[in-house]
Amino acid sequence: MDRTQLLIGVALALFAIGLFGVVVRRNVLVMLMCLELMLNGVNLSLVTFAQHTGNAAGAVLVFLVFVVAAAEIALAIPIVVLLVRDRRTLDVGSYDELRG
Amino acid sequence: MIDALLANLDTLLLLALAIGALSGAALMIVLRQPMRVALALIATMVCLSGIFGLMGMHFAAAFQVLIYVGAVMVFMVFAIMLLEERDAGAARYSKLLLPGIVGLLLLLATLVGGVWRALPSPRGELSDAPLGMVKFSTAFLAEYWLHFELTSVLLVAAVVAAIAVIRIGRRGRGG
Repeated sequence: MDRTQLLIGVALALFAIGLFGVVVRRNVLVMLMCLELMLNGVNLSLVTFAQHTGNAAGAVLVFLVFVVAAAEIALAIPIVVLLVRDRRTLDVGSYDELRG
Repeated sequence: MIDALLANLDTLLLLALAIGALSGAALMIVLRQPMRVALALIATMVCLSGIFGLMGMHFAAAFQVLIYVGAVMVFMVFAIMLLEERDAGAARYSKLLLPGIVGLLLLLATLVGGVWRALPSPRGELSDAPLGMVKFSTAFLAEYWLHFELTSVLLVAAVVAAIAVIRIGRRGRGG
């Protein structure tokens, strides 16, 4: 198995574990961190393919993913803080205002 | 023995860092306390930055440590310290644990079956066409300058949105 396959396998596993964490964990902060893990898996695959093909577009996309992750977390944390102040819990099961 | 070890040192390091990243990710699912989950995520990110560095993408490694570990995770740790100890005895997993496991297995089967087998054939070492800082910066500032400017717009929009969210929250509490 060469290095590209190994690293793509790791990237797929990180993405799958992150998605699994978003689905099964109850703590909203842990869910946010699992989202970050998914982004990291995507980043690893982008870096691997950029290095494999020698194409700079993948590397630029990696930079854009970094910026998007920073923006996402800057917006997500205030929302979580407000939610927790309102509901006094970090459990996503109790945020049921959007239930139809 | 030592010579063979030294000749394959980067492969061994890559393998060790990959195992470290995966075990950190697995710990994130298992651990209960958010602070420990954050530490496991930081370990995963540092391992990934080591992998980026080993592949010759040093700027990606530096960005990974600076932006992810330095900014995003510090922010996350602050939030955890602000909000912790609200539900100490709450359950770790939601009711979706069994469907989640089934979905994880299905997703892995699809990814491995679809993506893995469609990978390009091995082309020898990865460092055949090193993508160094010079090539990256040239492409970045010559071809993708518009995207670079747009990221600053995105960051400003995110900051304004965060301030707006906080103001709405204050008004909601009558402050």
